[in-house]
Amino acid sequence: MKDYEAVIGLEVHVQLKCDTKMFTRAAYRFGEPPNTLTNPVVMGLPGTLPVLNKRAIELSIQTGLMFGCHIAEVCKWDRKNYFYPDQPKNYQISQFDQPICIGGVVEIELPGPARNVMGEHREVKLTRIHLEEDVGKLTHYENGSLVDFNRAGTPLIEIVSEPDLFSAEEAAAFLNAIRLNMIYAGLSDCDMEKGQMRCDANVSVRPVGSEKLGIRTEMKNLNSISGVRDSVNYEIRRQSKVLEKGGEIFQETRRWNAEQGYTVALRSKEEAHDYRYFPDPDLMPVRVSREWVDCLHAKLPERPFDRQRRYLKDFGLPFTMASVLCQNSELGNFFEEAVTKCNKPLEIGNLVANDLLRELSAGKDAESQGLVLLPIKSGHVAELVKLVEEGVISRQIAQDIFPQMFQTGESPSTIVEKKGLRQTTDMAEIEGVCARIIAENPKPVGEFRAGNEKAINALKGGVMKATRGKANPAMVDKLLRKLLA
Amino acid sequence: MSEETSIDIDYVATLARIELTDEEREQFSSQLEDILDYFERIKAVDVAGIEPTAHAFPIYNVWEEDVPEPGLSPDEALLNAPEQRGNQIVVPKVVEDA
Amino acid sequence: MSDLYYQSAAELARLLEKGEISARQLMQSVIDRTHSVEEKIHAFLRFDPDEALVEAEKSDQRRAAGKSLGSLDGIPIGLKDLICVSGQGLTCGSRILENYVSPYDATCAARLKERGAILWGRLNMDEFAMGSSTENSAFQTTCNPWNTECIPGGSSGGSTAAVAAGETIAALGSDTGGSIRQPASLCGVVGLKPSYGLVSRYGLAAFASSLDQIGPITRTVEDSALILQAIAGHDARDSTSFKAHIPDYQAALKAPPRRWKLGLPREYFAEGLDPEIRQAVEKAVDFYKNEGCEIVEISLPHTELALPVYYILAPAEASSNLARYDGVRYTHRSERAEDHVDLYFKSRGEGFGQEVKRRIILGAYVLSSGYYDAYYLRAQKIRTLIRNDFMDAFKKVDALITPVSPTAAFKIGERLDDPLSMYLSDIYTLSINLAGLPAISVPCGFTSKKLPVGVQIIGQPFKEAEMLSIANLYDSTHRFGMEHPEL
Ligand SMILES: [Mg+2]
Ligand SMILES: [Zn+2]
Repeated sequence: MKDYEAVIGLEVHVQLKCDTKMFTRAAYRFGEPPNTLTNPVVMGLPGTLPVLNKRAIELSIQTGLMFGCHIAEVCKWDRKNYFYPDQPKNYQISQFDQPICIGGVVEIELPGPARNVMGEHREVKLTRIHLEEDVGKLTHYENGSLVDFNRAGTPLIEIVSEPDLFSAEEAAAFLNAIRLNMIYAGLSDCDMEKGQMRCDANVSVRPVGSEKLGIRTEMKNLNSISGVRDSVNYEIRRQSKVLEKGGEIFQETRRWNAEQGYTVALRSKEEAHDYRYFPDPDLMPVRVSREWVDCLHAKLPERPFDRQRRYLKDFGLPFTMASVLCQNSELGNFFEEAVTKCNKPLEIGNLVANDLLRELSAGKDAESQGLVLLPIKSGHVAELVKLVEEGVISRQIAQDIFPQMFQTGESPSTIVEKKGLRQTTDMAEIEGVCARIIAENPKPVGEFRAGNEKAINALKGGVMKATRGKANPAMVDKLLRKLLA
Repeated sequence: MSEETSIDIDYVATLARIELTDEEREQFSSQLEDILDYFERIKAVDVAGIEPTAHAFPIYNVWEEDVPEPGLSPDEALLNAPEQRGNQIVVPKVVEDA
Repeated sequence: MSDLYYQSAAELARLLEKGEISARQLMQSVIDRTHSVEEKIHAFLRFDPDEALVEAEKSDQRRAAGKSLGSLDGIPIGLKDLICVSGQGLTCGSRILENYVSPYDATCAARLKERGAILWGRLNMDEFAMGSSTENSAFQTTCNPWNTECIPGGSSGGSTAAVAAGETIAALGSDTGGSIRQPASLCGVVGLKPSYGLVSRYGLAAFASSLDQIGPITRTVEDSALILQAIAGHDARDSTSFKAHIPDYQAALKAPPRRWKLGLPREYFAEGLDPEIRQAVEKAVDFYKNEGCEIVEISLPHTELALPVYYILAPAEASSNLARYDGVRYTHRSERAEDHVDLYFKSRGEGFGQEVKRRIILGAYVLSSGYYDAYYLRAQKIRTLIRNDFMDAFKKVDALITPVSPTAAFKIGERLDDPLSMYLSDIYTLSINLAGLPAISVPCGFTSKKLPVGVQIIGQPFKEAEMLSIANLYDSTHRFGMEHPEL
């Protein structure tokens, strides 16, 4: 039996973060009642004409810069002609031979051998990124289909990879990386449930060692990362089996049935695709100056994987923490600001990656709110770490007051003072409490003396509780051992 | 009529989604072939190095800011709809699967 | 005072201004005239006298209140039925849009309204502006007012016939390959096609986007300037709209005459030109000579390629522009359709007429896989050569003078079965669209059968003021457009 290897190319459609459509100023939002976001241009009425959305161009250029593409000096607009009920003009304005971004790579991160171990990183080649308009939405009922044009005309980029992915895992990693980078740079929300990111997968297999590409099939409109992973896996197995039995693969479009986990060939009445592309005479070309690109580049954040590398190397953070901090550019900025004020990256990382994120996800719309708008300040987190380092408060107290810092924006020292949470270092006072706890808890005392080292924890807990956490834990340990000796 | 100017009228009519009567198909075929014969004269022109003109007066970077403007209400948008239901256009069921 | 409906817009504006007539009186005169001759002409697809009179009264009230909107306030202007007006029908001469109502105004319609013009009726045309005789209208054939057995030209034949017959004071048409100038010439009125990009195309149902322009159809060059003034100028809704400074066109007409240098392209006076037309045009050329203008023979060597290039590019763009008429959202929907794909075939099969189908198929063909480079791309390159010919000529001359149409109006039905001979009607006009230039057709006399003849003056890009001034030199002393057919 021969071994087969897969070759995969992906075309990823991503909705850009714009308030209006690609070629007209009708508003776009997700989830509005049907046909409430239209105007004569969106409906393709006679006499209407397209006018470019400048922001969509800027976001496309920034996407290209995130992925190291060459930004074309001049790009133009073409019509892709095909009839479909969700497409008002029966042509889609897209870019054919002069796309806005050419080449580029997407750095992917494969899953590691364990959750806390980083997997392999690899660069996947891109063919191009072009800008186009989305179509409307069809829903079906028993006797017909319904068309809603709210989404029609929404700015969409299509990121086209080379056939440079070799497993379903890599395909999933590719999508994750696109999502990470685009959300990170504020270019798209990439919410796949809202259709803001959709993927077509081209899959072929060939005998291991063969250079020649096999016949590929295309799966269209995969709308989740697991859908991409599962459908690609299914298709690789299916094609390998067909070839093993001496069968033939047909170049065709197949639909992924997510519920039952198989792909099926689409049998459509339509002729072979002949899109009759030609330059759209209603639109003028776009010329992109070096200065414009530089200016857009300057507004972009550091790429998330570059930042992750830096956090691992410069700050010595564990992979999981670095990875969490690099999911969101504001989170990383917040973390780094705090570190410049208190050079304890691990401690600050802990508070940001655990406590801050926990509070954020507890709040309802917290994520979309943006960290800068929240009352909590990076300086306060730095200060909190300093208070622990200086022995003013215990770690426990630090964690306890974090939610209040988050809610109110008060500085940790203010909270500590107001609540009288300053750590007690008065030896005599602590010794008194220790003696009382020893007297009140003969059982753990006995166990400890009998050689059970762990039994001292119960006593420590008692002391901490009695002092409302204010006792210095190291001092408590020392005093308990002295008194028990 | 030259060989190269024959036109597969059914293929093109399918691309253009136009139903033709038999009469039309026959009439158009011969008329279009005359026209394509007439087009032959453009093939003699040397166009090497000539840039195509897509616009008589090309200008660059015509765009607008991403600021919403009021559009049509659903009633206005569907003013001329041949068939509608719940503010959506009705079409015969679009089925893709086998 | 002679009949108001046959006055020029400029003269009527003066009369309105002086209070010698009211807008209502003028409108009533036009309505009465329309009622009396329309059954011979069939220029209008629809008109609404009651609404027009209401608008006329509003105009009179504005004027009485000292709030006149200017020289077009109260002037009836008809629109070719492919220019959108909010709340009004828009058929483009096609069954497929028979019941369509536009929810918005074309920019040019809005600009006329802002200046108080009364939008008077919707004028017949070849379906989607595809034709040179107005016989391709799905609804009716318009007759030439000078001889009702003849075609009025096309595709803006309804507009030119209405102006010639006194059924409106002026009209707007659209010109993709000669559709304003050729029917203007055949009906004996003035037709102007502006430089590509001067007048917004927003709200003009597209035929061929890179060639279409809206322009005025009037009885005098002065009126042409008056209306162009109102509709020209940048529009943010049309990406191909040019940000040019708009000069005062009427002032340009009043400037002292210059000794223009005018070019005669020899290719436009070659075989195929009717001798009577040649004679009339040469007489106009002689006039300019006598006025002290320098006449220079020039050559536009790629002229004979313009027709094939045009009939590749225009149908290609049209095949895509007309794809939206599909039976889904707002057009005629076939009742025979069995599924959504069938819906397209049958709705379009039933909704489009022969010429439209022919051109869509031709256009889809030249764009289709394997033919794009040989036809479309090559045609675009030759378009560059044609444009360069004109630009070279304008290094030597201020403007060009040519015939508009190789023949005068022909008989209804005469060329219907021979598309290619019909296409030859536009041989002198379509190069100008390919090059994006302004051109104007000015009446310059009649044939022996008393059919009007026009002369074409082709100007330099965005130099409409000069072109109008040259045209007016002739028109202000001849005024063939003010002669009237007997009806
Ligand atoms: Mg694609
Ligand atoms: Zn796409």
